[in-house]
Amino acid sequence: MMKSESKAKGSQLRTLFGTFFKIGAFTFGGGWAMISIIEREIVDKHHWLDKRDFLDLLAVAQSMPGILAVNISVVVGDKLRGLRGSIAAALGTIMPSFLIILAIAMFLTPETITSNPVLTAIFKGIRPAVVALIVAPVISSAKASGIGWKTCWIPAVVALLIWSKLPVVSNPILYITLGGLCGWYLTTRGIIALESSKSGKEDASK
Amino acid sequence: MIFLRLIWSYLKIGLFGFGGGYAMLALIENEIVTPGWITERMFTDIVAISQMTPGPIGINSATYIGYVAVTNDPSGMFASPIWGILGSVLCTLAVVLPPFLLVLYAGHYVARHHDSAAIRGIFAGLRPVVVGLIASAALLLMNKANFGETSPDILKSIGIAGASLCAVMFTKIHPIWVIVAAGALGFLIF
Repeated sequence: MMKSESKAKGSQLRTLFGTFFKIGAFTFGGGWAMISIIEREIVDKHHWLDKRDFLDLLAVAQSMPGILAVNISVVVGDKLRGLRGSIAAALGTIMPSFLIILAIAMFLTPETITSNPVLTAIFKGIRPAVVALIVAPVISSAKASGIGWKTCWIPAVVALLIWSKLPVVSNPILYITLGGLCGWYLTTRGIIALESSKSGKEDASK
Repeated sequence: MIFLRLIWSYLKIGLFGFGGGYAMLALIENEIVTPGWITERMFTDIVAISQMTPGPIGINSATYIGYVAVTNDPSGMFASPIWGILGSVLCTLAVVLPPFLLVLYAGHYVARHHDSAAIRGIFAGLRPVVVGLIASAALLLMNKANFGETSPDILKSIGIAGASLCAVMFTKIHPIWVIVAAGALGFLIF
């Protein structure tokens, strides 16, 4: 089935863990930044999968909730070495950020920031920038999702109701469930006709 | 018990975490910040730290919040770092467990049928919601904890936010450098 089966199995598990550990340790921002690096390691460097197989697995990873970089490591690990491979690859992806953040949580406590005037000033500058970094993907994801004048009320209503912090209606899970159900109902009943996508790759929400 | 409640929250965040890290922030707000396990300010700081350290934001926030929420538990029973580390491990595993199982056992089915009306309809319905989730995370963070309480502070903060937004939208500057620059500017003007 795969070229990889001829390789020594125990060492491949270790290589799998090591490769994803390296990817987890050196990519900032997660998601799409990580995907191109994973592709380079898996397809170009180790030749574990060909490009087509990789894109098929990417489609699987994208179709599911959760953290994209972890999902893709799970499918790649599973394809190469089954359940043990998927656990090794997922742990590899998770471990670097887990260790770094744990160290930060232990030593950079909120009190450390508030009791240090220099750190307080630095974080006062950083916080509004972080808000801006979240405003930017609102605009880019609206464009990528093809939100127009007819559909822009949906994200607007969803955002305002979550922001309201009112009981029940401020729960994001409600809108994820409703969005999926409405999309499914309207499409299967033929009330909304979706353009056919050839690959389905651009179908998954980013 | 705080561990079970945290695990339950992170299982939900993992299970409904469609649309990537920024959309997940809306879920984390609702599950973690609203019940008061961490403050608004700490939440923004975690997002900032996540942007400056490698790895996905979903993992970073689970690890950090697991530690901080457990060690700051009002009962004071779990203040020792050992409990914090346990909280980190449990939250991180909880956020990856639902997608891990779904990817392994349902992913191939969904990918095979991605051209069916049902699956395409579900994703088409999720897309505008995901935009709304990211927008709500941005709105929720536009608060006193992040923009200050006095008018000079608010004006300076709006200036930094505006400049940062222009930098990420109109240039190819990496977000890490935007945060580093904002931190340096904060040091100079606050």
